Amino acid sequence: MTRTLPEPKISPELADFWAATRDGRLLVRACRSCDSPHWYPRTICPFCGSPDTEWRDHDGTGTIVTYSVMRRAPVPYVTAYVELTGGPTLLTNVMDCDPDALAIGQAVRAVFPKTEAGEAWVMFTPA
Amino acid sequence: MTTQGRICIAGIYEHPLRKAPDISTAQLHAECALGALQDAGLTFADVDAYYCAGDAPGGITMMANHMGLNLSQIDGTEVGGSSYILHLAHAAQAILSGRAKVALVTLAGRPKSDPLKPPPPGPATEFEAAYGIATQNAYAMCAMRHMHDYGTTSEQLAWIKVAASHHAQWNEHAMLRDVVTVDDVLNSPMIADPLHRMDCCVVSEGGGAFVVTSADMARDLGKPLVVLRGAAETNMGQDHGRNVPLTHTGAAITGPKAFAEAGVTVADIKYASIYDSFTITVLMQLEDLGFCEKGKGGAFVADGNLISGVGKLPWNTDGGGLCNNHPTNRGGLTKVLEAVRQLRGEAHPKVQVPNCDLALVHGTGGLLGVRHAAATAILERIA
Repeated sequence: MTRTLPEPKISPELADFWAATRDGRLLVRACRSCDSPHWYPRTICPFCGSPDTEWRDHDGTGTIVTYSVMRRAPVPYVTAYVELTGGPTLLTNVMDCDPDALAIGQAVRAVFPKTEAGEAWVMFTPA
Repeated sequence: MTTQGRICIAGIYEHPLRKAPDISTAQLHAECALGALQDAGLTFADVDAYYCAGDAPGGITMMANHMGLNLSQIDGTEVGGSSYILHLAHAAQAILSGRAKVALVTLAGRPKSDPLKPPPPGPATEFEAAYGIATQNAYAMCAMRHMHDYGTTSEQLAWIKVAASHHAQWNEHAMLRDVVTVDDVLNSPMIADPLHRMDCCVVSEGGGAFVVTSADMARDLGKPLVVLRGAAETNMGQDHGRNVPLTHTGAAITGPKAFAEAGVTVADIKYASIYDSFTITVLMQLEDLGFCEKGKGGAFVADGNLISGVGKLPWNTDGGGLCNNHPTNRGGLTKVLEAVRQLRGEAHPKVQVPNCDLALVHGTGGLLGVRHAAATAILERIA
């Protein structure tokens, strides 16, 4: 039994992001003005307020900042914060892993599990 | 505009129910309001300012009409369980500015019989809720990182629950009255690593209310003068992925501000009501408020240091959310109530702090490590 993934509610500003995840690619939004990546993606930089933001491709590598195994669920699952190489840090799930063998600092890589409708989420698995 | 001791909490009431299948949520609000007004020696007709949050059925105008209130100040600020501590500060400002004279704050709910619906989805929902973020695993991720960075242990966290249970044994209305041990906590089932079931608060139905007036009015009413000395509120998110606050909370901002406004220091505090959705919540907020150094919370809470009459910081002497009451999954209002009881000398004799003249109240609304609001209030008993 695996966890059923919900369908994302795709906002118009993030259509490119979700199109990329369908293709197995991770896009990070970053500001051209203050050169900071941020998460979750927004068109106006939450750090400096500039509307001059852009999508940047990310290779999906990162490390676990913290995690927890949700035992009180029909199918236990792992939530985690993962720091992408070069930032930012994002809230996610770690899947296809032994939950009891995870550790803070562990290297992970992005995976893109599909929903029934063919959309894809950004999750991670041990590298 | 600081309150400078000119605003009082003149009436308090905590509903005795912890399970309420046979009473409507609106009726619970109204009974809590009536109880607090009676405690203050006032009536519904005296109320000209009303404060409630997302738990008010039908919203603030429906509840105001339900109770027959005619208002000059209406404030439905909704920031989860911390809402009511913000309401206290907002009510104080309204009274100081002359816009209101008698402010009523209510909380009530029935999470088992009539659960609150989640708010409409927002821009962060696809990046949080979809990953199965519930309350337990959000706080658990904070605990996991705190343990990693500072060596905090499950045994130390368990001491917080142990302290709450020592207090709850004297509270006849408390949901859980059995005294528990560190081993009991560690042997309870794992909910979200590293938090056990006994690291988590109760799910209770019921509510409470309090009434805010000028100190002059409270004096005329013959009530013990419990005044607001200082208050502060803030919000905190994930720092947009740059430096996600996993081991600190909004208390790091509101604590120093509230102390500065009150003109007192952490060493002056005789009693603390600190939100306890989980044991880790208490530990992180204690550090951020300055009761101990950052990272030393584990050592601070161990060995009964939070037990009234035993340790240095009597805390949540009603049993708190961990053992007594956490009405509709919101802890801020009951924190105010026990602080007022302590300052009035009306806490249970077994947990009453001698000469309790200065108390701190702190609450969190939302999820630590994800997004939350925080509020601190410092209350003083004056002659």
